[in-house]
Amino acid sequence: MKILVGIKRAIDYNVRVQLRPDGAGVVTDGVKMSINPFDEIALEEALRIREAGKAEEVVAVSIGPPDAQQQLRTALAMGADRAILVDTAESVQPLTAARILLKITEREQPGLVIVGKQAIDDDNGQTGQMLAALWGRPQATFASRVELGDGTMRVVREVDVGLETIEVDLPAVITADLRLNEPRFVKLPEIMKAKRKPLDVLALTELGVESGSQLQIDAHEPPAKRQRGVRVEDVPGLVAALKQRGLL
Amino acid sequence: MPRTLIIAHHDGDRLNPSTSKCVSCALELGNEIDLAVFAEDPAAVAAEAATLTGVTRVLTSVQSDSGHRLAAVLAPQIAATAADYSHLLAPATTFGKDLMPRVAALLGVAQVSDLMAVVSPYTFKRPIYAGSVIVTVTAPSDQVVVATVRIASYPAAAGGGSAPIEPLEVTCELPTHTRYLGLEASAGDRPDLQSAARVVAGGRALASAENFELIYQLADRLGAGVGASRAAVDAGYVPNDTQIGQTGKIIAPELYFAIGISGAIQHLTGIKDAGTIVAINKDADAPIFEVADIGLVGDLFQVVPELEQALADG
Repeated sequence: MKILVGIKRAIDYNVRVQLRPDGAGVVTDGVKMSINPFDEIALEEALRIREAGKAEEVVAVSIGPPDAQQQLRTALAMGADRAILVDTAESVQPLTAARILLKITEREQPGLVIVGKQAIDDDNGQTGQMLAALWGRPQATFASRVELGDGTMRVVREVDVGLETIEVDLPAVITADLRLNEPRFVKLPEIMKAKRKPLDVLALTELGVESGSQLQIDAHEPPAKRQRGVRVEDVPGLVAALKQRGLL
Repeated sequence: MPRTLIIAHHDGDRLNPSTSKCVSCALELGNEIDLAVFAEDPAAVAAEAATLTGVTRVLTSVQSDSGHRLAAVLAPQIAATAADYSHLLAPATTFGKDLMPRVAALLGVAQVSDLMAVVSPYTFKRPIYAGSVIVTVTAPSDQVVVATVRIASYPAAAGGGSAPIEPLEVTCELPTHTRYLGLEASAGDRPDLQSAARVVAGGRALASAENFELIYQLADRLGAGVGASRAAVDAGYVPNDTQIGQTGKIIAPELYFAIGISGAIQHLTGIKDAGTIVAINKDADAPIFEVADIGLVGDLFQVVPELEQALADG
């Protein structure tokens, strides 16, 4: 079985994101970029399935600018066998991303696709479900545990009230939640080795994907600020402050 | 004709409170509102939905088995109903987040996630980068709008209504490639985190699952739901579904206690709509104090038992 993993280049988790002064987006110049953390978890799970002897190949796919090759090289260093970059300078929205991944899926014929449950930049959380819909295949979102069966997969999903278990026929799309696994650290020799692994670059225009319905982004603004509050010295002060607000 | 369809989130017996908040969002669109209940036996949930003020009709669709809990089974039925509507809404709970992108893709349209404000019927605000930035987006006005509603941004709709309940006939082929096996609910008797008026949350400073008992005791004293920071969940002190923040739950209680929580941006995004935020932390420079309405610098292991005692004494 082949596993396809989606890798999105996003501003690093630890960066405090700043709005551009002209309001046309966020500051990205000189800002550290990384693999979207949920995609890193998706990749780790694919690698573990391969290491358990249940898959032969893990292919990492990214959609983005040429610089996204950095994140794909990291994915290769983690252990992916090869990588594909769908090269585009445009900002790609989830429906378009799903259409692109569908094209790659048709070419690669994976038995499983794993992506992160959301990207921490636009926080949409749509691409996996949309790919599954377009592909006409099952989706198992917010996965916290997966277990491969014979042509099926049992997935424990993190839902609001607890843990839900579903079973899907393969091929299927899984979206990785935070506690599916802890991704491995990359070691230096693997970074060297990753430089020799295959990384194909495809122009988005070559794939013949129509972007279709898009949301127009009109404005970026900072969130409403909360008023600075009061400090109390001790528990009686806290109780008094709560009573004063009518909360006790 | 503009018309909104809300997909009810329910557990088979009761309507999830997030559905009522969706109605408040839909009222801002100004359209007539239909509310669809897909269930094995929709009667009780539909009766509850019919009382929500603002709902024009409740539509019920009887489902043959637990398949209605699955996005793969529900999405084609909703897509088949979409032609009658200008807007399709569901709450941004795990139910809606799983379902609506699948519906949107079947219809070939973009989806709006975490809709937090309606600017006009096709223009909305939503948070990105863990709420560090708010974007205004416009959906194409010649297509149906599919959106999940950020429930912390809306109040519950008023009760007292009496909308008619009508059957919804949908004919479409349903997939069998996905099967529902079961749910392990971690609930208990405490109020549901996402709809509780009061929430007490603990962080890494609790230092163990045993110490989290302090949080539970205070929560029970206040009749509050229990939440946690990602650090506390990662450390295994509490179950995953207690996590508040960008990748967990977004909540808006009237009163929120952050205890031993430093206040990473990813956590703050989950609580910024809380009415009053109380922070108790040893570190006077913790970022949680920048958003707290009432801050107390102190050792939680002294402060929390003392607070619980003070509340017990009235």
